Amino acid sequence: MNILKYLLEKEFKQIARNRFLPKLILVYPVVMMILMPWAANLDVKNIRVCIVDGDRNSPSTQLISKIEGSPYFTQLIFAQNYPHALDYLEKGSADIIFEINNSKIYIASNAVDGIRGSIAASYLATIASTADSGMISQNVLYNPTMDYKLFMVPALMVILVTIIGGFLPALNIVTEKENGTIEQINVSPVGKLTFVLSKLIPYWVIGFVVLTSGLLLAKVIYGIVPAGKIAEFYLLSLLFLFVVSGMGLVISNYSRTMQQAMFVMFFFMLIMILMSGLFTPTGSMPLWAKYIAALNPMKYFTEIMRMLFMRGSRIPQLLNEIFALSLFAVVLNGWAVLSYRKSL
Amino acid sequence: MRQFTVFVKKEFLHIFRDARTILILLLMPVIQIVLFGFALTNEVKNVNVAIVRAEDQPFTGRAVNRLSSSGYFKIYGEYSNFYTAWNHMQRGEVSLIVSFMNGEANLTVDGSDPNMASSIIQHAKAILAREISENQIDNNLQSTLTTERVVPRVELLYNPQLKSAYNFVPGVMGLILMLICSMMTSISVVRERETGTMEVLLVSPVRPVYIILAKTVPYFVISMINLATILLLSVFLLGVPVTGSLFWLIFTALIFIFVSLSMGLLISSLASTQVAAMLISGLVFMMPVILLSGMIYPISNMPGILRFISEFIPAKWFISAVRKLMIQGLPIGFVMKEIGILLTMATFFVAVSLRAFKNRLE
Repeated sequence: MNILKYLLEKEFKQIARNRFLPKLILVYPVVMMILMPWAANLDVKNIRVCIVDGDRNSPSTQLISKIEGSPYFTQLIFAQNYPHALDYLEKGSADIIFEINNSKIYIASNAVDGIRGSIAASYLATIASTADSGMISQNVLYNPTMDYKLFMVPALMVILVTIIGGFLPALNIVTEKENGTIEQINVSPVGKLTFVLSKLIPYWVIGFVVLTSGLLLAKVIYGIVPAGKIAEFYLLSLLFLFVVSGMGLVISNYSRTMQQAMFVMFFFMLIMILMSGLFTPTGSMPLWAKYIAALNPMKYFTEIMRMLFMRGSRIPQLLNEIFALSLFAVVLNGWAVLSYRKSL
Repeated sequence: MRQFTVFVKKEFLHIFRDARTILILLLMPVIQIVLFGFALTNEVKNVNVAIVRAEDQPFTGRAVNRLSSSGYFKIYGEYSNFYTAWNHMQRGEVSLIVSFMNGEANLTVDGSDPNMASSIIQHAKAILAREISENQIDNNLQSTLTTERVVPRVELLYNPQLKSAYNFVPGVMGLILMLICSMMTSISVVRERETGTMEVLLVSPVRPVYIILAKTVPYFVISMINLATILLLSVFLLGVPVTGSLFWLIFTALIFIFVSLSMGLLISSLASTQVAAMLISGLVFMMPVILLSGMIYPISNMPGILRFISEFIPAKWFISAVRKLMIQGLPIGFVMKEIGILLTMATFFVAVSLRAFKNRLE
């Protein structure tokens, strides 16, 4: 126990005396929390429509003023004919073309981003055909204002925890390996577990500091507070910290140089982030990709965070995810301790 | 010149003798483009729907059929009261509840993912509105509707099948090239400094500029191989065609690779340790590139300050150029702005990193 205390003191001093690391730990989460939630907006709005009015009669003018009145179309550009309009679209100054000729309507939408293109086209088509949807009512649960910031804040916390709990300790161990200082640890009476714990505990502590600052920022800037219990938020984050730090340890055990560790980690990190449902829904993936996503611990933690923040779910409702994360934690940490060698 | 080639050879040997790194470098883009090309999608597809209806009416039956045959929705179950359906939503099993009451339809959607929620509403509304309006015509309630109805002809340009790969391939391409190039270069310079071998290089008669340039050559070659594999995979596996000129596409990509490499050099002259170098190139760059480059989220929706920041992200310009050249098939004249900006960035980074390169040890 005494040994662990001294080792922890060493680790904290090393982190604090690093020129770069404390800045990263303090500044990075804050900048991410301030800037990034604003980015994740997939709303189809501010559509720039290019209008070609070949008829110039009252029905066509009426239609155009209807488009003008719609909240989705903020910018109307008028073109003489279709080739002119296409020119606007190709230059990127219009998103969609609306042409009226001999009372016929033609809509051409830039569908490079398929979803955006098709939704914009269906907005225009709805306006043009005056379909009545008055008999359909709608309500949105859990996030009634459809605030995408509420969607992003938990996601960012997931990323921050992964980086701080998984990345930094692994890099730390590989640095010791590359500098050769790990040899001194290996010849010392320090046990495997004590050594590993001394590497992980500082980052768990930092992880909690980052989570707390994240929570505070979310409340101050966006007015977002978890609908669930704060204690459960911390408890489940700790579980996820176990998982990612186990993963970082496994990677560091199998890497000799920084370069190797780094590429392996980025490889997994990128896959984990993009396959976790953080940014794009896992439900729409093809079946084989869903199986891969099922092996992604980040996916479960993302679900937990979103459920906690938005639905106010409690632990009994999250048992499946918690079970999956616990399994990951046991397997990865077991593997990490077993594969750690004190011999070079 | 001979000195230079010797150094280039040395750098190649460094890379080739580390079998795992070279394997990762060459395989990473393959796995990522395949995985993300297929799996990254914002489409509404097979969304679980719970139906709530008291009695079986022909209208509701047809509406349910329409929903399930659209491909967007999958009927999760039918319930006689709203509360049971809501329980399933609470557990995250269904994202949409359609309840029919007195001939009216009510949509209840799970808003936790607001982007998905609005697409779901949009699609469900369109399907139900069609059913309702046909129902009205059937009943001759508003027979005038049929005569006045204008049916617009809609065409989706460039991506008529609405494949999400069309949107994501340019993004993934930018992300992978950027990360590999800048991370690799920055690490390799700092590594020499950290392990102390830089001292040996600096006292050699080779000019410092050559030491630095020799570092970039192998990574430039690897990036070109990566570019080739990415392009081949997206054309033959993902079915994303190169509709424009292949020559100009590669030309633009080379400029972008050059920008990324020079950014790596800049990082390496600023960072003192490998950890710092990799954290800067990896973490500090990765998130902005994923979020602010227009790869996933449209830049036009962002608030002014983020739009301003995105102007400085090279990947943004590259992705925009690739979309135009590769997907839209536009001639090179349309991407002059992007190419100009990328070239300016490259010149700037090279100039700054050469100036910042210290040929003295501290």
